[in-house]
Amino acid sequence: MKIDILKHELVPHHEILSEEEVEKLLKTYNIKKEQLPRIRIDDPVAKAINAKEGDVIKIIRKSPTAGISVAYRVVSKEII
Amino acid sequence: MSATRIITPDTYDEDGFPIEMGLMDTRLGVIEPGLRCKTCGQRVKDCPGHFGHIELAMPVIHVGFAKTIYAILKSTCRGCGKLLLDEKELERLRKLYKKAVERGENTSYFVKEVVKLANKVSHCPHCGREKLPIEYDKPTTYREAGHKMTPSEIREWLEKVSEEVGDDLLLLDINPEVARPEWMVLTVLPVPPVTTRPSITLETGERSEDDLTHKLVDIIRINQRLQENRDAGAPQLIVEDLWELLQYHVTTYFDNQTSGIPPARHRSGRALKTLAQRLKGKEGRFRSNLSGKRVNFSARTVISPDPNISINEVGVPIDVAKELTVPIRVTPYNIEEMKEMVRRGPNPKPPAGVVYIPGVNYIIRPDGRRIKVTEENAENVAERLEVGSVVERQLQDGDIVLFNRQPSLHRMSMMAHKVRVLPYKTFRLNLAVCPPYNADFDGDEMNMHVLQTEEARAEAEILMKVQEHILSPRFGGAIIGAIHDHISGCFLLTYKNKEFSKDDAIRMLAAAGYMGEVKDKMTGKEIFSKILPEGINLEYKAKACIGCPTCVKEKCEYDAYVIIKDGQLVSGVIDEKSIGAFKGEIIEYITRRYGNSAARDFIDRVTKLGIAAIMVIGFTTGIDDEDIPEEAVLQINEQLEKAKKKIQDLIKAYEEGELEQIPGRSLEETLEMEIMRVTGRARDQTGEIASKHLGMDNSAVIMARSGARGSMLNLSQMAGCVGQQAVRGERIHRGYRNRTLPHFKKGDLGAEAKGFVSSSYKKGLSPTEYFFHSMGGREGLVDTAVRTSRSGYMQRRLVNALENVKLEEDGSVRATTGEVIQFVYGEDGIDPMRSIRGKAVDVDMIIKEVENE
Repeated sequence: MKIDILKHELVPHHEILSEEEVEKLLKTYNIKKEQLPRIRIDDPVAKAINAKEGDVIKIIRKSPTAGISVAYRVVSKEII
Repeated sequence: MSATRIITPDTYDEDGFPIEMGLMDTRLGVIEPGLRCKTCGQRVKDCPGHFGHIELAMPVIHVGFAKTIYAILKSTCRGCGKLLLDEKELERLRKLYKKAVERGENTSYFVKEVVKLANKVSHCPHCGREKLPIEYDKPTTYREAGHKMTPSEIREWLEKVSEEVGDDLLLLDINPEVARPEWMVLTVLPVPPVTTRPSITLETGERSEDDLTHKLVDIIRINQRLQENRDAGAPQLIVEDLWELLQYHVTTYFDNQTSGIPPARHRSGRALKTLAQRLKGKEGRFRSNLSGKRVNFSARTVISPDPNISINEVGVPIDVAKELTVPIRVTPYNIEEMKEMVRRGPNPKPPAGVVYIPGVNYIIRPDGRRIKVTEENAENVAERLEVGSVVERQLQDGDIVLFNRQPSLHRMSMMAHKVRVLPYKTFRLNLAVCPPYNADFDGDEMNMHVLQTEEARAEAEILMKVQEHILSPRFGGAIIGAIHDHISGCFLLTYKNKEFSKDDAIRMLAAAGYMGEVKDKMTGKEIFSKILPEGINLEYKAKACIGCPTCVKEKCEYDAYVIIKDGQLVSGVIDEKSIGAFKGEIIEYITRRYGNSAARDFIDRVTKLGIAAIMVIGFTTGIDDEDIPEEAVLQINEQLEKAKKKIQDLIKAYEEGELEQIPGRSLEETLEMEIMRVTGRARDQTGEIASKHLGMDNSAVIMARSGARGSMLNLSQMAGCVGQQAVRGERIHRGYRNRTLPHFKKGDLGAEAKGFVSSSYKKGLSPTEYFFHSMGGREGLVDTAVRTSRSGYMQRRLVNALENVKLEEDGSVRATTGEVIQFVYGEDGIDPMRSIRGKAVDVDMIIKEVENE
């Protein structure tokens, strides 16, 4: 039996951004892709949504301070 | 590179002149005035010092690189000197390394990888030689298959490595362009210039050498002996012993706290401070001299309270004010004023009725020359003062200074104050700023720093002034506020709405700086309302509130429901919750609604009003505040007897096996828990009985109820019973075999035998009770000591980890490298200092405000 981890309560919503969206994001913060926080390519959620190296993932989570907070992470192969 | 070879362990000859080729050779630089350096020809002030060298008779290991040497020995072949990896593996690592370099990542972890891979190999993949196991004995001994290797052997091996491995040394975290592995085994020891190890001449004329010099003397002596013995063909054993001794001295010369060897000691038994000790730790070069520096324009003295100055001010003793200066540039606009000031000299006599006027200590002429102003030359200097000079004027009222109390745990530990020059010798500060500094007056000292530039003054005034810190960035509430007697005073003033005569009302209001009309008879609440800002509306529960199930609001029998309507205190008593530091609702609201200046004004007034009120009404506390009537004492004793009986019953039930076990606990634990519950209840009940007889006419109760000082628990311990003493959350059980003290029978589980104190502090403790109480008290002391040191270290690590994180203008949190850490600060982008207890908006407050309009 395999569990769909994306449906688990503790796993926030992840989605892969389109190229235009990535460009827009980088422009709003005036940064390069390398300056984004990272997520490992073998991260269970990254695998579950079929992310490729270099993809930017948008994460929408619940936050105790703001209600809902949005974060972005770039998929990375390195061990760091 | 080396200015000279050093061969003699002696420093000075009989005339006190440095010996040539000795450790104090003048070619290494000079430390005595008058002498010239033989290398650069300059005098003490200009000669930077020059390195010399000692040629070691036999090579020795450099302790600092001992681990790196171990890694190389483990990962290379003794026969051919190549890395113990096959070509495929090597190529893979090279590629990974190149990638890591391109990305600017840390490459030092490759060493571990190489060693790990080489460990799996049994024979060299290049020459087929068998790999023998290498052991490392701290600090500087290496064994190959149990056989001890000499530094010479190791050096030969490393030489082979640097020839064979070439650019792959990068994988071992060595850059072959600048360093070679065999350099980690020393054949020549650099001798630092004398300027790094100056000798001190005592008053007796005796010379005292630096620790480093002592260590170098040791090294040269042993080196000489080793050379002589070896050249004379002494037995191998002796040579090896001397060699090891040389290794010891060189090791301790680098680091005298190397684990595994005893530290080298001075004749007096003090451990020597060698190279590593100079740099390491809190007192080392980095933390003590580079990250932290001693500063000028600062003062430190004892602090004492002054309720008459504003929270924004600090009282500065005249002696301090005369020493510290502010630089003032002379312009065409102020030249006359400055001339007048310089004319007064450094010690001006204040005019009649004035305590202090500032003088001038120095002037700096436009050409940069600094002239000390004395009483003799003051007139002269003043006449020749020109535009462009800088006058170093003594402190005067209104100057901005920084004021600080250690430990500086948060930003409120260092705030800007305005100077008030006052007589006597202590710094004076308003009582309301004690909480943020965590100061009291039992001998505390504080530091003051005078700002020297206009920019610094502007910045301090806008960002650091006390009134800018009334609200805490920690929780968005007031952190500065009334304490102790201010709270008692305001409580007494407003409690049960007493009436005051015109005389008393005027006395109190005048103290608070109120200038308006005063009615014939005024209630306490009316008097308090006079210092509230106009039109203020507030509603909240006071500290006195006991949390009834249904709140009857203004009809509260304890007067604990505060309503402020249109600037009038309608109902409720003013206590800690209204004006106290950390709690003050009124202060918090005024700061937010009317601004920092209004809040500062309110705090200044409310503290003065509180003190005036407590003086008019009168207030005293003493041991008789804890007096309770005979019948209450009897009641308490009865309760205690009951509790003891109950415990005996529990013990009996336990012994007979009738005690009902709590799930998940053993029988013994169940018994202990039950007993703890009974003792806890007993203390509370005695406290209740005691407090029934201690009413609101009791000063101690007033202080506890208003939140000024002390708690009801403190009172019930003084009047009722102290209660169960505990160590590590359990009743006291350690001491003698099967009993706590010899006063009790073995195996006694009763209340008294296990640390229950049934006496009150006022009645006094019995000897056994006193002993148990000390045990509990000791635990408290140890806990605080441990807590402070541990939390201090935790804070240090946290600060070091977060020091390069900052908030950008776009609201994101970034590291200095530009990486995003949070996309929106705190996920909600709210500055906690400007929030309402963590929330961006207080909806209830807004609704109330709209309703009121």
